[in-house]
Amino acid sequence: MSGFRLETGGRVDRSQPVQFSFDGKSYQGFAGDSLASALLANGVMLFGRSFKYHRPRGLVAAGSEEPNALISVHRGPGRFTPNLRATGVEIHDGLNATSQNRWPSLAMDFGAINDRLGMFFPAGFYNKTFMWPRSFWDRVYEPAIRKIAGLGDAPTAEDPDVYASTYAHCDLLIIGAGPAGIDAALGAMDTNKRIVLIDEQDELGGGALADPALWPWLERSVKALTEAPNVTILNRTTAFGYYHDNFIGAVQRLTDHLPDITDAPREKLWRIRAGEVVLAQGAIERPLVFDGNDTPGVMLSSAAKVYANRYGVAVGKALTLMASHDSGWHDVFALAKAGLGISAIIDVRESVDSALMLEAERLGITIHLHHGVVGVNGRHGVTSVDICNYGDQRVHRVETDALLMAGGWTPSVHLWSHSKGSLKWRDDLGAYVPDQPNENVHCVGGCSGDWDFGTGAVVDALPTPKDQSRIKAFVDFQNDVTAKDIKLAVREGFRSIEHIKRYTTNGMATDQGKTSNLNGLQIASSALNKPVPDIGLTSFRPPYTPQTFGALAGHAKGALFQPTRTTNIDSWAEEHSAIFELVAQWRRARYFPKSGEDMHAAVNRECVAVRSSVGIFDASTLGKIEVVGPDAAEFLNRMYTNPWKALEPGRCRYGLLLKEDGFITDDGVSARLAPDRFHLTTTTGGAARVLNMMEDYLQTEWPDLDVWLTSTTEQYAVIALQGPNARKVLEPLVEGIDLSAEAFPHMAIREGTICGLETRLFRVSFTGELGFEINVPTAFGRAVWEQLMAQGAQYDITPYGTEAMHVLRAEKGFIIVGQDTDGTVTPFDAGLDWAVGKKKPDFVGKRSMARPDIVAPGRKQLVGLLTDDPNVVLEEGAQIVADPNQPIPMTMIGHVTSSYWSETLGRSIAMALVAGGHDMTGGTLHIPMPGKTHTAKVSGVVFYDPEGARLHV
Amino acid sequence: MILIHCPYCDEKRPEIEFANAGQAHIARPFDPSGQSDADWEAYLFIRANPRGRHHERWRHVHGCGRFFNAVRDTVTDKFETTYKAGEPRR
Ligand SMILES: [Zn+2]
Repeated sequence: MSGFRLETGGRVDRSQPVQFSFDGKSYQGFAGDSLASALLANGVMLFGRSFKYHRPRGLVAAGSEEPNALISVHRGPGRFTPNLRATGVEIHDGLNATSQNRWPSLAMDFGAINDRLGMFFPAGFYNKTFMWPRSFWDRVYEPAIRKIAGLGDAPTAEDPDVYASTYAHCDLLIIGAGPAGIDAALGAMDTNKRIVLIDEQDELGGGALADPALWPWLERSVKALTEAPNVTILNRTTAFGYYHDNFIGAVQRLTDHLPDITDAPREKLWRIRAGEVVLAQGAIERPLVFDGNDTPGVMLSSAAKVYANRYGVAVGKALTLMASHDSGWHDVFALAKAGLGISAIIDVRESVDSALMLEAERLGITIHLHHGVVGVNGRHGVTSVDICNYGDQRVHRVETDALLMAGGWTPSVHLWSHSKGSLKWRDDLGAYVPDQPNENVHCVGGCSGDWDFGTGAVVDALPTPKDQSRIKAFVDFQNDVTAKDIKLAVREGFRSIEHIKRYTTNGMATDQGKTSNLNGLQIASSALNKPVPDIGLTSFRPPYTPQTFGALAGHAKGALFQPTRTTNIDSWAEEHSAIFELVAQWRRARYFPKSGEDMHAAVNRECVAVRSSVGIFDASTLGKIEVVGPDAAEFLNRMYTNPWKALEPGRCRYGLLLKEDGFITDDGVSARLAPDRFHLTTTTGGAARVLNMMEDYLQTEWPDLDVWLTSTTEQYAVIALQGPNARKVLEPLVEGIDLSAEAFPHMAIREGTICGLETRLFRVSFTGELGFEINVPTAFGRAVWEQLMAQGAQYDITPYGTEAMHVLRAEKGFIIVGQDTDGTVTPFDAGLDWAVGKKKPDFVGKRSMARPDIVAPGRKQLVGLLTDDPNVVLEEGAQIVADPNQPIPMTMIGHVTSSYWSETLGRSIAMALVAGGHDMTGGTLHIPMPGKTHTAKVSGVVFYDPEGARLHV
Repeated sequence: MILIHCPYCDEKRPEIEFANAGQAHIARPFDPSGQSDADWEAYLFIRANPRGRHHERWRHVHGCGRFFNAVRDTVTDKFETTYKAGEPRR
């Protein structure tokens, strides 16, 4: 044996040495090693510091249940992964790993002072201690705790890797490629089923990898499955969650095990829908609970077998077994066969199977039945253990450098529980096993409670003659929860395991209690003197093991997080230096700054241009719905607040849409093109919602109406041409439409051509000026826009953005649904009662407008606000009070909804929702803002051209 | 992710193609203006919220676009049946 590497044995490739580093120190391992096995082979026992007490910790396990050996891997800028289990990290040349939660170094850790103060850190310590004074929490307690407690650091740089994702469908999905999973796959291989076999490790085989006698079978089986055309094998893949209808999420790790970084995807998310699922996740060995069971060198007996037989590494030179289960004896016999030295077998039971006794005696191993470990000596590694004879209570010492724990087995029912399968308690196993399925799934092998490695006694914690208050017997290694903590929780009145879990944090670490849940349950059960099934079992939730955000996000990040909708005119805006904003998913030009202009200056210039000459605006994002059919007018009459049946073809109407609760949900101008055809417009953000609502009424309330609804939002580019010179710009380009005021009045629509293209030309205005909205087929939006720009040059035509549009509409008191309304505003509250058809017997929301709460006084109503200081622009969202001298907290009677500087009026204007506001005209309100409380007079909402004279020209 | 059977497409499709639309079999009164405040409140706001069997509406919004009815168990999330709008309650 060189160091701890055995001369022979294992599946590592001794002809392929691998250089890697841990905490800056270089080591050599072999291809096929995990980081854990390679470090162990180099004699490294210390892998990390514990979460709360900063106790030195070594390996407990060899698989994904490892609670202690959490490490970070560095693969260059942005490629930093914390909290990986060293047992699952494959080494490669150049691997750079570090330990966590220690300062300044792993061997000398400042935070270990917590361990000496351990008696002051009982269960619920944080809840009890840091409650007062409240202000200390943010500034003192939390930063201090964060510094000393915790796991790996969160990455700070952007992740440069790419992640793939895919959907897959199969007839049979097998999760776990140990002997049971492989048998299931072999059994189904010759059918015509499409089979997917998933395993989290790099190599298939599971437990068989640690059993050389099974290797020939394994090799044959893997070859057969690999060659089978109907079998897809996904290794290095973790099935992390089991969702409804046999939908399984799995992450495949593609490149982290390779020495070179390429642009290939790092991981791949598989979303698999399976006809049938076979769970073969195996079982996890249970640690035993005794003082010092977290000392480096104390580990699961099955793990020692894995390190020896799979990796060719000895976990010690003189091993001792502490068992309550036969499986540990079998492990020790296998270790002896592999050439490891065995000091002693200790078993809590008074007798065991005579065959075990005979074999141990044959191997010359000392046996201590009816004994238990009561102390572990050595801080950074086991030097000896103290064992107690439960007969005469005498304690004596056994020299050893590794203590193996064999506490029985816990079936891995995680995915079974995700699928909502029920569990039943088996007293003989001291474990829950799968009972009734909730999906087309069944369990095979270890995870069903079916194994052949003997029987055992179920113990909660090993009995000890020591003072219970002086010992640290760990249940949850990762969260530093001891048996004492669980007993304390029970003494303090916690009865349900769900509460005990949250109070002690048992099972709440990143390993979700894979090694601790059952021991915690047993201890709580004994303390409560109730059988385990009576205190329940905590829930298992996805993910089975932690997964990267990168894999779950896949391509959905950055520009691909959600699609950006752009209009046909967007490219022109971009070429002309527009500053953009997102409105719903649309990218809209907010303003077009000229050289040296800030937003304020640009918006002022754009507004003045519209009022004095002509402006041009991309309104393509407006929602559009084509309503067609003999009952189209009847349908709109039922949907909207105002009457539609008498609207003549060629005319437009402002439509106000309520929900059935009477509150405004959308608005827009719509046109009647023909007796049976309407062109509706909606708000930019409301298009899909409005269409859904209309479909709902049409399909389910009034299926007798003969009407068809079609979204046409993306069929038309819409250009708003607004200002006193708008007609002059338009006239030379339009054919077949008489644009004169007499022939084409405000709120009318005409069909004809513009630049030779068919157009639906609206004469409408959201600015208060003479205005047109030109609808042309989307693909020609930019072409027509450019023609209008050329034609308008003589009038200094000015493109304007959404910000100027907002100012212009606010000057006219036009509301923006969702800004000046908030889902609790009725037409009356908004001052839009003129848009409600009083004589209509019914429309959506009408009955609710008569509800007692809606007609009660004191509702918030939309008003205008004119600040006493005309230069003050109130903040949108600012709260409004009636009396600024009232005691704090003040009674807030409303808030500012829209507020702008109006260059046209030479002063600020605002709209606000104020309780009883309609009765306050001329009164003074107060608006506290940072630095000063401002005063404003209540006014109407129309600040400019209240007669509408500018529209009718 | 649940599979939902659309009674119009007659296919089981993934949940992401559908949108829930609240409790089913709540007919809009024929003459809302003739409703008492209490009756209108019951229509507008009062919902069953059962533990177990629940009749609800879904829309195959990213498929055929049709609204339909379903019986779903709110505890297990399992769909017992789906049927077309207008068919009798199951
Ligand atoms: Zn459908």
